Amino acid sequence: MSGSTTLHEYRTGWKRALIETRVSLTSIGDLMGFVMPTAIAIVVLLFMQRADFEGAPVSLGSMNMPSLIGMNVVFGGIVGMVGALAMDRTNGTLLRAKSMPGGMTGYLVGHLVSTAMFIAVTAIALLAVGLPLFDGLEFGSPDRWLIFLAVLLMGIVATLPIGAVLGALLDNPKNMGLVMFPIMGMVAISGIFYPITALPGWLQGVGQVFPMYWMGLGMRHALLPDAMAAVEIGGEWRTVTMFAVLALWAVVSMALAPRLLRRMSRRESGSAVAARRADMQRDW
Amino acid sequence: MGHPPAHDGPAIAVSDLRMRYGDKDVLKGLDLTVHPGGVTALLGPNGAGKTTTIEILEGFRGRSDGRVEVLGVDPATGGEAWRAKLGVVLQEWRDNGKWKVRDAVTHFADYYRPYSEPYGPDELLELVGLAEQAGQRIRTLSGGQRRRLDVALGIIGRPELLFLDEPTTGFDPHARREFHELIHRLTDLDGTTILLTTHDLDEAEKLAERILILAGGRIIADGSPDQLARAASTTAEVKWIQDGALQIHPTDDATDFVRKLLATDDGAVSELEIHRASLEDAYLELVARFEAGDADTAVDTFKEATR
Repeated sequence: MSGSTTLHEYRTGWKRALIETRVSLTSIGDLMGFVMPTAIAIVVLLFMQRADFEGAPVSLGSMNMPSLIGMNVVFGGIVGMVGALAMDRTNGTLLRAKSMPGGMTGYLVGHLVSTAMFIAVTAIALLAVGLPLFDGLEFGSPDRWLIFLAVLLMGIVATLPIGAVLGALLDNPKNMGLVMFPIMGMVAISGIFYPITALPGWLQGVGQVFPMYWMGLGMRHALLPDAMAAVEIGGEWRTVTMFAVLALWAVVSMALAPRLLRRMSRRESGSAVAARRADMQRDW
Repeated sequence: MGHPPAHDGPAIAVSDLRMRYGDKDVLKGLDLTVHPGGVTALLGPNGAGKTTTIEILEGFRGRSDGRVEVLGVDPATGGEAWRAKLGVVLQEWRDNGKWKVRDAVTHFADYYRPYSEPYGPDELLELVGLAEQAGQRIRTLSGGQRRRLDVALGIIGRPELLFLDEPTTGFDPHARREFHELIHRLTDLDGTTILLTTHDLDEAEKLAERILILAGGRIIADGSPDQLARAASTTAEVKWIQDGALQIHPTDDATDFVRKLLATDDGAVSELEIHRASLEDAYLELVARFEAGDADTAVDTFKEATR
């Protein structure tokens, strides 16, 4: 395949991303899927503004708002990719891509980019809502903008390929729970809604393996007063470690993703789609 | 328009194709040659291996053994340029439901640009009769409209070869008729070869110039609808009333039998009827036996009938 053809496939994928993003942002269902749980989380955080953690300078609610943004990036990256790949295998979108020249490349580029766009839009929306509602958040200086954008970007780069790997492994939407439940568990041990230091030491260790904790930490670093670092493990933001762990996740999953996605693509056929659909209907 | 012909040989050349799932042989040495142009129907009962065959030809499925060439290329190793010369329409595609019809035909055309001059959205939607639905979301289309969109996306890159897998499954008579008209329109297009699978003999007779009947893992009959019909109807049943009683006589030469009968009856024969076994009868019997799990006898009986 010539280089210009490959470039054309990427460009077509980019166009697909623009269509997908526009479709997502104009479909009530897609928007509600994000807005409803997020709105509930924010309301809970608003109540948590009355609570303090061990005399920290900002309330628990304000402390958790950045963590919520970090969680949302991980959630959007992993669940967004897994859900899309699973659904698209059942309704034939993936097979359609396979039936066209360069279609699979276009499809994947389209999904990665549109998911990234959706995450970015929602993260910025959360920031815009959070800043006026929560006291003590700091976002007034360029260094904070820079950290926020860097953490956001790193989060997207790390979680999309994780989502692609899991999505390629999970071949039926009815098994979404296999991804959802562990992620819920990850939220619980990642210090999103309560500082991780309140957990037993071994659980803190487990939490720090996964990207969710580091995304929450990174966003807190970007948005909370520096004094709040005292609440974190080791009493500091651990900026380098944060980027390093996220980068490690990105590298490992990017190394695995192409092979698994190729396997997924190879197995796709009309009868595979039909069998999957029949399987789902039987269970409902 | 379309592609410069890449090779001079047959559009599809298959010899001794075998497919085995576990210990079940689905295809047992299938031979098939389709020359460019025209509509060929692969007809057979459900479970006869039509979808397996077409998926192997499309390059969506590996095979256990045999030689397969589609447009001169082995589908197992066909690259993107080869893929660009094929159109695929599957049963029950429900992809990209939230997209608008026009977005889909505009976007998917892009994939073909390095290889050919794809259809523009207006021309294409006009061709498949969806011009009025251009602004609708895809999931709001009716079943028949949805399948016509699938055909539009199948031919969008002006393919040399178009596969249609059970294209009218689940259609009401009206949608089916409209779809058949669309296929007739497609055959007028510049020399696209169409291979369609169906389990409906009537559909195969209406659409195809050549019918291949697939059963028991092989092609068991091959010919134009006319040829197959004549082959199936060599035996006839002659019925008449004589002396108040119904008489029935099967014969291979009905004309000769009737000539002799009437020459000697002294006016006693009335209500004479000649009933020729139709291709439909032969095919329905094949399907019935097939579904009763008696595949081998079914094939033998059918071959006997259409010898």
